[in-house]
Amino acid sequence: MESLYARDIYGKTLIELGKKDLRVVVLDADLSGSTRTALFGREYPDRFFNFGVAEQNMMAAAAGLASCGKIVFASTFAMFATARVMDQVRNSICYNNFNVKIVASHAGITVGEDGSSHQALEDINLLRAIPQLRIIVPCDAWETRDAIFAAYETEGPFYIRMGRAKIPTIEQKKKFKVGKGYVIEEGEDLAIIACGIMMNESLEANKLLKKEGVSATVVNMHTIKPIDEDLIVDIAKKHKKIMVCEEHQVIGGLYSAVCEVLARKCPTLIERVGIEDSFGQSGSPKELMDFYGLSSSGIAKKAQKFIRQHS
Amino acid sequence: MDRKIKFLKKKATEIRRLIVQMLAKAGSGHPGGSLSSTDIITCLFFAVMRHTPSDPQWSDRDRFHLSKGHCCPALYAALSLCGYFPKKELWNLRQLGAMLQGHPDRRTPGVEVASGSLGQGLSVALGMALAGKVDKKDWRIYCLMGDGEIQEGNIWEAAMAAAHFKLDNLCGVVDYNHFQIDGRTEEIMNLEPLVNKWESFGWHVVQCDGHNIEELLEAFDEAKAIKFKPTVIIAHTVKGKGVSFMEHVVDFHGRAPTAQEKDIALKELDEIEKIEETKGKK
Ligand SMILES: Cc1ncc(C[n+]2csc(CCOP(=O)(O)OP(=O)(O)O)c2C)c(N)n1
Ligand SMILES: [Mg+2]
Repeated sequence: MESLYARDIYGKTLIELGKKDLRVVVLDADLSGSTRTALFGREYPDRFFNFGVAEQNMMAAAAGLASCGKIVFASTFAMFATARVMDQVRNSICYNNFNVKIVASHAGITVGEDGSSHQALEDINLLRAIPQLRIIVPCDAWETRDAIFAAYETEGPFYIRMGRAKIPTIEQKKKFKVGKGYVIEEGEDLAIIACGIMMNESLEANKLLKKEGVSATVVNMHTIKPIDEDLIVDIAKKHKKIMVCEEHQVIGGLYSAVCEVLARKCPTLIERVGIEDSFGQSGSPKELMDFYGLSSSGIAKKAQKFIRQHS
Repeated sequence: MDRKIKFLKKKATEIRRLIVQMLAKAGSGHPGGSLSSTDIITCLFFAVMRHTPSDPQWSDRDRFHLSKGHCCPALYAALSLCGYFPKKELWNLRQLGAMLQGHPDRRTPGVEVASGSLGQGLSVALGMALAGKVDKKDWRIYCLMGDGEIQEGNIWEAAMAAAHFKLDNLCGVVDYNHFQIDGRTEEIMNLEPLVNKWESFGWHVVQCDGHNIEELLEAFDEAKAIKFKPTVIIAHTVKGKGVSFMEHVVDFHGRAPTAQEKDIALKELDEIEKIEETKGKK
């Protein structure tokens, strides 16, 4: 199975965009090697700005650049692209509905050894309440590329979330459209709605479930905002039980977004796999995924229990 | 007296009148910092900046960013007098659905970027300056900051970066009125030595009397001539300038005048205008 760094593809996609459109400028805050914006910087030094360790300045300057017609990609780690700069993102970028695309890397628990200070697990929660901002959590490197292109083509601010680790390519993907999730596998006993690296884990979990004679419908919900309400309701009507899987706190992320839709439009039994309101810690990505119950085996175990529980 | 100076002084008084009337009508808002920055804004919009009110989006315009967004009454008055929108909009300030929001919003022609949360504006202006450099354009960016505002760390991130990027198309102005909400800047959070701070961050610094039109115009000229570094004008001002009972009074940072106070203020401004006119005739 192909496994790629989403950020490698991000860097390369930036070069493509930079070549075809002079309005594209790229900003970073001393993490350009890690986020791969340095690839663009080498190609187009006149349209690349490194702000040093000054994320607030970078985000507000992104707004200024956008006000002059630039399409701005601003990158740093998810921790510093959200919590650190909430006010700048809300007031200078989103309130003005500017063409600023925040593409953050190193989100989630799989940051690994660096530990809790670098594991952004609240980023989606922080940003989700801001009007006019679209939030996308791509499931692999190629969907990241699709999301970058979509963000480039769509007027207004975006937040695109990438991880640090390599991420397996999902073969069964369908055409990417902002705000439109899709069913990636059909099953019987419950539906799993996932995003980001949890997409692959969920598909792997479904394999384990099938071995035990049960199966799940698996949904790729790459866009957290605007959330695909119709699809969620549709899934809920076909399945009595829904489980949401995300590499994020269970407060305020995809799980919350799905709950909000279902509570209002189609109350359904729901379960979740995510970080249960705790900070992370150091460890290898694999160890952490297992420890917090995010890996395929953890998902399958929870799904089995959920299926048995209310039947 | 030079006709241009006389014209600008008249405009400034007109703007001060509108600020007082607008805020009295709205019943809330920030007179102190609006009045202290009136002469600066007047010079920019009526003498210094290249702009076309009939075409606010003209791509080669100079840009103005009001980093201290709460002082928008001064900006709104200037914009309306320039012809960006009809003067009657001023009387809807801060009302539901109004084009003139409590803090600058892009729905207002002439407002480039919203503001209100202090400390971000110099970064926004820096972004504009970078855009101008990328496009090799000669338009300039003016960014008006409060003295209390520059206690924000974000300002100094921007200050460091503007010098690093050699943004000589960027001109900052600090309205140094020595007051913020809770009292005197010296007591709340001292800014001194302010000139040294900006200089050590790599800026060219010009100081002037922020109510002296000649001095302000000279300062802006000097800023234009400086190459390879940004310039900051430290404008020494009086909070509430032009209305005696508002001058140096903390309370009028964020309190609108009552109807009665408005009438007294307008009388005082009429007096100022008369004195200026007689001076002109001599
Ligand atoms: C980030 C932020 N913190 C606090 C405020 C509330 N606030 C509004 S005006 C002000 C004082 C500003 O003082 P100064 O910059 O000196 O303004 P001026 O004297 O020119 O009115 C404060 C604290 C704000 N608008 N933004
Ligand atoms: Mg002040």
